[in-house]
Amino acid sequence: MIVADKKPIEEIIEEIKNHEKILILGCNECVTVCEAGGKKEVGVLASALRMYFLNQGKQVKIDEITLERQCDHEYLEEIRDRMDQYDAVVSLACGVGVQFMAEKYHSTPIYPGVNTCFLGVTEERGLWTERCQACGHCILASTGGICPVARCAKRILNGPCGGSTKGKCEIDKEIDCAWQLIIDRLKALDRLDEYEELCPLKDWSTDRAGGPRKVVREDVQQ
Amino acid sequence: MRLQYPSNIKIILVPCTGKVDVLYILRAFEKGADGVYVVGCLEGDCHFDNGNFRARKRVEQAQKILDVIGVGGERAQMYNLSSSEAPRFAEIAIEMDEKIRALGPSPIKAAKQKAA
Ligand code: SF4
Ligand code: SF4
Repeated sequence: MIVADKKPIEEIIEEIKNHEKILILGCNECVTVCEAGGKKEVGVLASALRMYFLNQGKQVKIDEITLERQCDHEYLEEIRDRMDQYDAVVSLACGVGVQFMAEKYHSTPIYPGVNTCFLGVTEERGLWTERCQACGHCILASTGGICPVARCAKRILNGPCGGSTKGKCEIDKEIDCAWQLIIDRLKALDRLDEYEELCPLKDWSTDRAGGPRKVVREDVQQ
Repeated sequence: MRLQYPSNIKIILVPCTGKVDVLYILRAFEKGADGVYVVGCLEGDCHFDNGNFRARKRVEQAQKILDVIGVGGERAQMYNLSSSEAPRFAEIAIEMDEKIRALGPSPIKAAKQKAA
């Protein structure tokens, strides 16, 4: 999933301080799971903001809606007939949702309510870690299912650098060396011979290096 | 045991303090409460293992938010006691009542009256 983290309330107050009719818009997907932008977080933020402005002596309307998703037209359309009630929206979706909202509702300012961090997993409640950087050409087949692009600080593709120590990465003793993990996993799979095969130069044009990307699927287009 | 505790305290029963959410605490302040305290079982004695620890964390989260928005985090508190400690319950109620009286009415209550 896309992992996001809450923005401090102070930062959100700064974003919206000049508006008077504000919609706090949550998303029911990834940001709900990582407890940053679901219905509950919308409720907490909205309540806090209502009290903040009331305390400041300002009349500010703060409403709450949580959509199924903010990255698909049909869900964003659900609020079209209500959008004229607001002069700003704080979207608690990931950066994708914030931008799609902004594209759809051109004349309403949309502010981000979370910091979008990475594609990752819930290791345990309250601990999310990165797994994939959406490089556009997945090489997990040859790395034992562990990604050196996302999990090696140097994104190197043919074994560890000289800094790998006792299974940990040289940038931080808390971080596993991705290549140690790959070697251990290949060993467990009895496929260590594959480690000897050189990984050819990776085509990074499918990564961000090639500019903004798109996927076109004519087979499913209407 | 007919113990007296301040009559201005409204008791809201929950099956376990683990049910108490940050939102419940904030909503209480939004509705004009001057203070909110959560009374859970003794730490280590939760029937559901960690309900009272969760409640404590949520009270702490609420305190942080209340500080940021100018209401004051000290208006939300967490206490632990066992169900057989009725005198302690009354004691806590008096302590909380005194604490909140010393802080004065919640600024939200005053702001609401002004806005009305
Ligand atoms: S190789 Fe690319 S697509 Fe596959 S997990 Fe790593 S970053 Fe993601
Ligand atoms: S120690 Fe391992 S994970 Fe860290 S940069 Fe070197 S190879 Fe990559």
